[in-house]
Amino acid sequence: MIELEGLTKRYGEKLAVNNLTFAVRPGIVTGFLGPNGAGKSTTMRMILGLDRPTAGDVRIDGKHYDRLKDPLTYIGALLEAKAWHPGRSAYNHLLCLAQSNGIPASRVREVLETVGLSGVARKKTKGFSMGMGQRLGIAAALLGDPRIVMFDEPVNGLDPEGIHWIRTLMKSLAAQGRTVFVSSHLMSEMALTADHLVVIGQGRLLADTSMADFIAQNSRSYIRIRTPQRERLLDVLHGAGITVVETGGGMLEVDGGKPERIGELAAQHQIVLHELSPQQASLEEAFMRLTAESVEYHAHADAPARQWGDDWQKGS
Amino acid sequence: MTTHQPPAPQAAQPTWQAAAGASYPGYTSPIPVVRTHLGHALASEWTKIRSVRSTMWTLGVFVLLVVGIGLAAGALVAANASEGDLNGENPLSFGFFGLLLGSMCIITLGVLTTASEYGTGMIRTTMVACPSRGRVLAAKAVVFFAVAFVVTLVSSSFVAFAQVGMLSDARDPSGGEWFKATVGVSLYIALLGLLSLVVGSIIRHSAGAITIMIGLLLAPLVIALFMFSESLQDLREALFEYSIPSQLSVFYATSLTDSGPSGWDPLWIILGVTAAAFAGAFALLQKRDV
Repeated sequence: MIELEGLTKRYGEKLAVNNLTFAVRPGIVTGFLGPNGAGKSTTMRMILGLDRPTAGDVRIDGKHYDRLKDPLTYIGALLEAKAWHPGRSAYNHLLCLAQSNGIPASRVREVLETVGLSGVARKKTKGFSMGMGQRLGIAAALLGDPRIVMFDEPVNGLDPEGIHWIRTLMKSLAAQGRTVFVSSHLMSEMALTADHLVVIGQGRLLADTSMADFIAQNSRSYIRIRTPQRERLLDVLHGAGITVVETGGGMLEVDGGKPERIGELAAQHQIVLHELSPQQASLEEAFMRLTAESVEYHAHADAPARQWGDDWQKGS
Repeated sequence: MTTHQPPAPQAAQPTWQAAAGASYPGYTSPIPVVRTHLGHALASEWTKIRSVRSTMWTLGVFVLLVVGIGLAAGALVAANASEGDLNGENPLSFGFFGLLLGSMCIITLGVLTTASEYGTGMIRTTMVACPSRGRVLAAKAVVFFAVAFVVTLVSSSFVAFAQVGMLSDARDPSGGEWFKATVGVSLYIALLGLLSLVVGSIIRHSAGAITIMIGLLLAPLVIALFMFSESLQDLREALFEYSIPSQLSVFYATSLTDSGPSGWDPLWIILGVTAAAFAGAFALLQKRDV
């Protein structure tokens, strides 16, 4: 169990994490979602006692992180990739961590086996690929067989097989009764693994809800209609008490309702339909809507590429 | 994942139950829970220092410089000294040059012990594994000091024996001189390395910290060399006397100056400076984010 209470971190003028209060419960996978720069990593660093909060409090099973006498058996954390010395072998890296917590050396071989790095255990981590690095980070997190695991963007740099592996791993860790807290900036990734969602944007809490509720609330289902006889169809649907929304490009949208009924109504009144399709708003869209105002680094997709070329031409 | 099954007999984990209490349910590991202490941190730091190549390189070059230059100096003096030249000379004093150059290796290793963790990101892993930051710094200090002291003691003693053997014309050094030229200089060099380690922890940048320490080692002497002005005479003297090479030479009773620190003074000076820097680094470590 991780409990945050009014957790705040200020870097100079910038408020990186703003008054976060939520709890991460055992037995489920809790997804920690937010756009890049939302404060996810800063929050995780504060949980681990690496960064001191400006205000507020965070506790691990009721204790501050720096009061834990055997931290690695409490929390296993995968922070940003490659938090180790590149000249040290994977085995020695894990060994020095194990020793600092009095974990037997045999456990090092066990976790290397678990993540599939036994073959390169004596190799320097310098030559590790991103995926191997991620696996070593996960091995370090599992070293103390911890009650709580915390992964920061674990699927980064993993191949499809690796991604599948980590999803299964997180679910099985949660099924054993552990607290699993995993950050991501990809809603689609979370939809597949997380049971509970905590969404933040610009350091503020935007949502703290179960995945099922989030899907129910945000996955709007609607029917998309295209017709050359727009006015007539609008009249007919209006007459039938169905609310229609006109969207761009001559499209009509009906929230809820059954496509069969609309098709039958159109047939009765001999209206030509070019399209009648049930749609489901993706969770990715829902997430983007939720965090739209809080995205810090907007890529200006609408900025025409021409402009760039113009500048270049002026310059030459 | 681990193959551990959820624990069946609850009685097997009494330590855990006492620690966790009933209000925080969840997974219970079959791995015995250990209350960590400085000993664990020491074991960890020992693994760290022995498992990177920079340790072997810096210490290897150090031994090469101390032994190589020491033996070469001894051989050169022995070959060129005519009858009576060495009368009353302390043969141990020729170990000075190798040790002065070699000290740069110890400085480098000292800085790397702390600063390289910041460069690689290892420090975050270290501090997560051991949230007691002071314990990490203390463990690093103890392990590094022990390594630096032993290596310096072995190489300086070897050179001392060789030189006494080579320079048979010189007088026999007294017990006190032996002690200062072996244990004394080793303590001094190891403390100089420890100061570098502490500076590395404060600066958090390997190249920056090494530059500062090499500057501290050489700058006072070099600056003093170019102080021609009469009005700066006192400052010039002080820079000469308290420069690290001059203080190091005090251990061989051949100080570059006649006044200034003597006897065991250099050791007390560097001990004070290192202790002060250590206190500063400790305070900063508690205050700053990792």
